[in-house]
Amino acid sequence: MVVSVAATGPGTDAEPVRSTFFASRYVRDELPRYRMPERSIPREAAYQIINDELMLDGNPRLNLASFVTTWMEPECDKLIMDSINKNYVDMDEYPVTTELQNRCVNMIAHLFNAPIQEDETAIGVGTVGSSEAIMLAGLAFKRKWQNKRKEQGKPCDKPNIVTGANVQVCWEKFARYFEVELKEVKLSEGYYVMDPEKAIEMVDENTICVAAILGSTLTGEFEDVKKLNDLLVEKNKETGWDVPIHVDAASGGFIAPFLYPELEWDFRLPLVKSINVSGHKYGLVYAGVGWVIWRSKEDLPEELIFHINYLGTDQPTFTLNFSKGSSQIIAQYYQLIRLGFEGYKSIMENCMENTSILREGLAATDRFEIVSKNSGVPLVAFSLKDSSAFTVFDISENLRRFGWIVPAYTMPPNAEHVAVLRVVVREDFSRSLAERLVSDIVKVLHELDARAAHAVKVASVAVAQSDDGVVAGKSVMEIQREIATRWRKAVDKKKTGPC
Amino acid sequence: MVLSKAVSESSSDLSVHSTFASRYVRASLPRYRMPENSIPKEAAYQIINDELMLDGNPRLNLASFVTTWMEPECDKLIMAAINKNYVDMDEYPVTTELQNRCVNMIAHLFNAPLGESETAVGVGTVGSSEAIMLAGLAFKRRWQNKRKAEGKPFDKPNIVTGANVQVCWEKFARYFEVELREVKLRDGYYVMDPEQAVEMVDENTICVAAILGSTLNGEFEDVKLLNDLLDAKNAQTGWETPIHVDAASGGFIAPFLYPELEWDFRLPWVKSINVSGHKYGLVYAGIGWCIWRNKEDLPDELIFHINYLGADQPTFTLNFSKGSSQVIAQYYQLIRHGFEGYRNIMENCHENAMVLKEGLERTGRFDIVSKDHGVPLVAFSLKDRSRHDEFEISDMLRRFGWIVPAYTMPPDAEHVTVLRVVIREEFSRTLAERLVLDIEKVMCQLDALTSKLPPPPLLPTTAMLARKKSELETQRSVTEAWKKFVLAKKTNGVC
Repeated sequence: MVVSVAATGPGTDAEPVRSTFFASRYVRDELPRYRMPERSIPREAAYQIINDELMLDGNPRLNLASFVTTWMEPECDKLIMDSINKNYVDMDEYPVTTELQNRCVNMIAHLFNAPIQEDETAIGVGTVGSSEAIMLAGLAFKRKWQNKRKEQGKPCDKPNIVTGANVQVCWEKFARYFEVELKEVKLSEGYYVMDPEKAIEMVDENTICVAAILGSTLTGEFEDVKKLNDLLVEKNKETGWDVPIHVDAASGGFIAPFLYPELEWDFRLPLVKSINVSGHKYGLVYAGVGWVIWRSKEDLPEELIFHINYLGTDQPTFTLNFSKGSSQIIAQYYQLIRLGFEGYKSIMENCMENTSILREGLAATDRFEIVSKNSGVPLVAFSLKDSSAFTVFDISENLRRFGWIVPAYTMPPNAEHVAVLRVVVREDFSRSLAERLVSDIVKVLHELDARAAHAVKVASVAVAQSDDGVVAGKSVMEIQREIATRWRKAVDKKKTGPC
Repeated sequence: MVLSKAVSESSSDLSVHSTFASRYVRASLPRYRMPENSIPKEAAYQIINDELMLDGNPRLNLASFVTTWMEPECDKLIMAAINKNYVDMDEYPVTTELQNRCVNMIAHLFNAPLGESETAVGVGTVGSSEAIMLAGLAFKRRWQNKRKAEGKPFDKPNIVTGANVQVCWEKFARYFEVELREVKLRDGYYVMDPEQAVEMVDENTICVAAILGSTLNGEFEDVKLLNDLLDAKNAQTGWETPIHVDAASGGFIAPFLYPELEWDFRLPWVKSINVSGHKYGLVYAGIGWCIWRNKEDLPDELIFHINYLGADQPTFTLNFSKGSSQVIAQYYQLIRHGFEGYRNIMENCHENAMVLKEGLERTGRFDIVSKDHGVPLVAFSLKDRSRHDEFEISDMLRRFGWIVPAYTMPPDAEHVTVLRVVIREEFSRTLAERLVLDIEKVMCQLDALTSKLPPPPLLPTTAMLARKKSELETQRSVTEAWKKFVLAKKTNGVC
């Protein structure tokens, strides 16, 4: 290796790494930010410099904004590190890893009640996340629809997709990058998911599919896929358009089968042709793995599949990414066999219990409206009953000082006046953490109350003083209100939050 | 946590017993359905670990350009960041900043024409596939907008590349509905011919894609010649056809080994470049970079604006949630090695490639198909293919532990088969010498074996026809079937 050459070569400083790092020249000198440095530095210094800067990142486990898994068992961490240098796409070289992906696909397909026979293999693929999964599913729908229209001799240049306005940003990306029109069903206050009836009304002959969400990002609600299916069956019968359904079960796909097994949302409904789920959300794996499953071979046009020959057999692949790490796939397989059905069920039940604790604690303060439902993804979304003195954005900021990252959002159209705080309950968010969060929120409320009371005092003094002035200045209250409104407007433009 | 509950409810066969005697390793684990019950974590670990022993050894995988070794300090940073979701920019501002720094460093490495205080336009991706799709999307959208402004049809975009392109270009073409026009290769010339490429350009061409570091033989295409020819054609036609350079392998080699070679933004028609961080960027699989020349080359309508920390963070990626580890690892490599470190490593790789090449030449049995100049790899074919072919050598090398792939060239050079060894950072001189020795052993073994290939055909007599298929003929039909099967291989596998 050339490393030793760099460290001892002529001209390089002989500052040995025996000295303590923090006194070494490499930490005293400024490291170039936007150009590669000319010289090498010792590996320990590189490690230390980066490690130190990263201390200022948020703590992933206190990041209550995200659904994405932030803790796995040490045994799994070991498997992950062991396979960190395996390029997943080298199927020839790593046949076992490829086999593990196939097993995961089949396990998840069965979990979703895909109508496959005993000896049939499931149609599906591992992806880097639900974004890639959704793009693949959307591509399949688009191509199927185009082929159908070409056969019928009809124009196929204006495909559209019908979803709720509560969709995650990756649907907007899909629409923009693959040139499909996005028809969004607007929300309304109190109803924060896609209304199946309104969705059906928007369906036309150019609709490639209707996308339902199992586990809305904003409130964790499950959309009524069964009702959508039934209404769509009717419409298809009338019109003969054959419009299918895709279920974006990014969060819900690993919750519903364990907590709500009688809920019909998956392939039990005949019009559901593909489903995506994030392995890295309630699949309990670190960021970087998602799954998309198709109902049957017919739902995935052959022309989109690339056939790679490995070990003498055909391995069909359909992904946007090519080279990528193998670790997350192996980790997903670990979780599936380690926990099994009973383990996942226990974990989801635990999450729901902790969610109730949090929800009850917040309700008990009597300052919040709970916007999320009791069933669905384990999260609590809540808004302030009274936003005149301060807003949920203030609470979010102040909670950061305690270490918690709790995001505040405004709802999409037409409910933009509603702003919520949202806490996602993951596997590693224990009961004690839930209780601690409630007490910290209470502390924050007290601080903000005190500040607001002080501001009113100052404002009344200011107003009194300007009584004899010509123009009454803005009271502090009004200024605060203006700032809050401006801030809300700025955040309204926020295109996305975490997924 | 509920884990203790699961374990104590099941039978007394706890993980205190030796793992290998436990029931979980004796019982067959369901393959295609989730098991009903949980198993102890140690058993789960052991089961998976044992199965994975049968995977190839990544470091002996000489088929791949992708990095298979990093320093332990970097492994430590990787593991520490394994639970950070890269896309949470609000929550992990430092990690986001590290990506921005990498983008700027790489943009400067590629001589992007940026002012002192200007920030580079680029993004980190999961690999060159995503990078290429983003670059292609940008070209497609720019071209469509231009055609709309001119009132001309924009429904038949095409892209011109060599037939030696990696499969992700075919994917891009198929998924984003762009016609792929491939310049065919020929015997002895295994990269895209710039003159033929420019001939294929028409008003519907969204870009011409040149490869710096062809997958098959590591050659750098002559981007400068392409630029000059395209410049002349654009001056004639006014079509303004741009160039994209797929520098997946070459992007982290050329600046260090061949700094005077003009292939990057120094050429005015090059509008975007992709490079794989996980190849000669020296990071594990899972990171690529796409850099645009400047803001105008990336249509704003493709960019999503995320508001974080009160500042606008524009993003343009296909993937959303993903790990942060590889971005941090890339930053580690860039500051750890610096310019001199990367140069030393590439020089070392090049030297080892020469050692391997010379060793193979000395055997007198091989023709070297790769050039000395380009990506450090050695592609070689048998001088005499009458008795054995390259696929057999590849198979037999596996028995020694080496994974050396054999490929046929794309059209129109399909009759040429090569073995290809990629020299990565950790393929030392000793390993190169050992590989030559093992190849010599394999040649000896093959020489001793009867030939599997058919002898020249005999004219059939009636008597012969009446007989059942002889053993030779059976062998012949099996070999023919196998050859056809392998020739139908759609892709060369690795990128």
